[in-house]
Amino acid sequence: MRASLFITCYNDTLFPETGRAVVRILERLGVEIDFLPAQTCCGQMHANTGFRAEAFSQAKRFVQLYRDTECVVIPSTSCVAMIRDQYSGLFEELGNEDLRKHFAALLPRVYELSEFLTDKLNVEDVGAYFPHRVTYHASCHGLRGLHVGDRPFRLLSKVRGLELVPLANLERCCGFGGTFSVKNAEVSTAMLEAKLGDLLATGAEYCTALDNSCLMHLGGALHRQNRKLETIHLAGILASTKEQPDGATT
Amino acid sequence: MSAPIMDPRIAPPFPAAALPILQNAQLRKNVAHATDVIQAKRNFLVSEKRDWQQLRTAAAAIRAHSLANLGTYLEQFEGRCTAAGGTVHWARDAAEARSIIIAILREENATEVIKIKTMTSAEIQLNPALEAAGIHAIETDLAELILQLGEDEGSHIVVPALHVNRRQVREIFARRMDLPELADDPEALTAAARAYLRRKFLSVPTAISGANFLIAENGSVAIVESEGNGRMCLTLPRTLITLAGIEKVVPRFQDLEVLLQVLARSATGERMNPYTSLWSGVTPGDGPQRFHVVLLDNGRSEILGRKVERQTLQCIRCAACLNTCPVYRQTGGHAYGSPYAGPIGAILTPQLEHMQHGQSLPYASSLCGACYEVCPVKINIPEVLIELRAQVVNQERAQAARWFDPMFLGMKAANFAFAGAGRFRIAQKLGRLGLRFFTGKDGWIHRLPSIGGRWTISRDLRAFPDQSFREWWSARETDRSKETK
Repeated sequence: MRASLFITCYNDTLFPETGRAVVRILERLGVEIDFLPAQTCCGQMHANTGFRAEAFSQAKRFVQLYRDTECVVIPSTSCVAMIRDQYSGLFEELGNEDLRKHFAALLPRVYELSEFLTDKLNVEDVGAYFPHRVTYHASCHGLRGLHVGDRPFRLLSKVRGLELVPLANLERCCGFGGTFSVKNAEVSTAMLEAKLGDLLATGAEYCTALDNSCLMHLGGALHRQNRKLETIHLAGILASTKEQPDGATT
Repeated sequence: MSAPIMDPRIAPPFPAAALPILQNAQLRKNVAHATDVIQAKRNFLVSEKRDWQQLRTAAAAIRAHSLANLGTYLEQFEGRCTAAGGTVHWARDAAEARSIIIAILREENATEVIKIKTMTSAEIQLNPALEAAGIHAIETDLAELILQLGEDEGSHIVVPALHVNRRQVREIFARRMDLPELADDPEALTAAARAYLRRKFLSVPTAISGANFLIAENGSVAIVESEGNGRMCLTLPRTLITLAGIEKVVPRFQDLEVLLQVLARSATGERMNPYTSLWSGVTPGDGPQRFHVVLLDNGRSEILGRKVERQTLQCIRCAACLNTCPVYRQTGGHAYGSPYAGPIGAILTPQLEHMQHGQSLPYASSLCGACYEVCPVKINIPEVLIELRAQVVNQERAQAARWFDPMFLGMKAANFAFAGAGRFRIAQKLGRLGLRFFTGKDGWIHRLPSIGGRWTISRDLRAFPDQSFREWWSARETDRSKETK
C-alpha cells in the first residue's frame, strides 16, 4: 500500500519528530510512503481566523496536490477536521465546481493517523513498546470533529509496557484554539490552568494526543512551570520499540 | 466592583472585559459551581432519554421550518391573536419597540410596571428608557430582582444571577429591603423576596413579559419558568405587554410537545419546568383585560436572509451552550458585554448589531464544538463563528490600520509563505534564525515580542528544531538514492 504523508505546516516546522515517527510506524507496517515536497498548509489557521480567501488558496493547493494519490495520512486531527468540515463549503462559496468534484473524490481517502491505522490498515497492535505511565488528552477536533472515539485508546492499549491513566474532564478544551491562544491569551491561560490541574492529578509521566497544537500549548506551560510531565504525540509512542525506544525524540 | 457594561455599543472588547473577571476568584468559583451543577443534571436527564438525538432533530426541524416560513406564521399569529382580543404591534428596531411600549404604558397612566422573563427587554435597553419616561420597572424573576437590587447585570440566559452566591444575595436583600437580621439560608431569602414581590404583584396593574414561544395556529403565547412569579405577572395585572422577537413563532400547539421536552432538560436539567403559562388574547373576567404583543425585528430579518447565520435564530434560549462552554466557564457572562452571553451570545450579539459592534465576540471561542454538541436545536455555533470571523476580517481589509496590526500582517505573511514550497522553506529557515535570538540555553523560548508575547504570558515555546521534517525527508531520499547507485 502507498500512502502520501501530509505532515502539516506546524509539524513540519516545529515537530519534525512526529513526522519521523509516522514514517517509522508506517514503514514498519509495510506501507510505502510518499512525501510531496510541494505541500505547505491545509488553510486551517486562515479559515478559523476569518481569512477565507487565503484559506481557499491553501485548500485549492491541497486538493490539486493530492487528487491523484492513493490515500493521504495526516497526523493532526484539527487539520483533518479543517479538510472535512470546511473545504466543500469554501469551494461551493467560491463557485469552483471542478475543485468541489475533485475534492469529493479525494475526501474518502484522507485519513487522520489513528483512523488510518485502525480503519484502513486494520491494526491496533503496531508492535510498540513504551514502558511509561501515560494519559491521553482528547483534542476537541478529534473528539467532536472527527469522532475518533476509542481508536487512540485501542492503539494505546496494545502498546507493551504502557500504563494508561484516565484523565478527568476529558471532553473539556485545553484552551489552545489556534489564534484564540494569543487573541484571548488570558482566557486561554485560565482554560489551560484548569486542564493542567487535571493532567497533573493523573500522576502520568507523559501526556499524549493526536494533535501537537494542544501539546505545544500544554507542553509550553508545563515547561514554564518546571513540571515533570512530558508531552508526546501518539505517533511518538507508537513508533517506540524495545530496539528503538526513543520514538519520542528522534 | 462597578456594574458591568452590557450594551454592545459601548462595552469593551471581550479580551479586555474578561480581565477583571479572571481576577475575581469568587465570581469564577460561583460560575464554575453553578454550571457544573446544571450540566450534571442536564447530562443525567439527557442520558435517560433514549430518543434524545431524534428529539434534537425534530426540534431543529420545527425551528428551521418556522424560520423558513416566518412571514406566513407571523401573519397567522397576528390574525389569531387579534381575533382573540389581543393587539399586535410590529417594531422594526429597538427604538421603535421602546416607544410602542412607553406609549401603551402612558395610556395606562403607569408609574410602575412589573416585568418577567424578558431578555429581549434588555436587548432593547428598555429599563433605562422606562425610567427616563418616569416609569419604574420592577423585575419579579427572583434572579432579576437580586440583580436589580444589587445594581448588577445578568450573566446567564437562564440563571441570570448565577455569578452571585447566597451570602451575597443576603447582603443585597438585607441592605435594600431593610432587613438587617436576614439569614442566608434559601428559605429565608425566598421568603424575603416573596414578601417584597407580593406587594408589587397586588398593587401594580401593568406588566411586561417576554415569550418563549408564539403559536401561530391559535395566537397563543407560551412562557416557561420555575418560580410562579411569572404566573403572577401574567394573570394579576389589568394590562399585559408581551415583547417577543419575531423568530419566536412556531406553527402549531403540538410543536410544544417536542420543544418543551428539549428546553427543560437542556436549560435547568428538569424533565418539565415547574410553570408553563399559555394564553391566547383576552378572556373576559379572567386575567389581563388588555393584552399587547410587540413583535421585534431589530436585525432579525437581516440574519434570516443569510444562509449560514440563519440558524442563529433557531435558538430557544436554553443556555446549554453557556453551561458547557470552557470559555464561559472561566469568564462568566459579563465579559460578553451583552444580555446574550456565551457561545450563542457570541454569534447573536454582533449580528443584532449589524456587525458594527461586538466584533471581538466571534473570536471569544476556541472552536471546541462543545456548544454544538449540546444544542437542542442543532445550531452549528462554530460554523457561524467562523462565518462571522470572515466578515470581521473583511471589515479589517478595508481599514488602513490593518498594516499596523501584527495579527493581520502575520496572516498575510503566512499566506505568502504557504503559496509555494520554496517560499515556505525559506520562511522556516528565517523563523529558525530569527527565533534563535530569543532562545534560552535550555533550548526554549521564554519571552517573545509583539503578538508572540501573548503566547509567552504563560507558555514557553520550544525553539524551532535545526532540521524541518521536509529537510530530513529530502536528506533521507538523497542517502537512499546514493545507496541504490
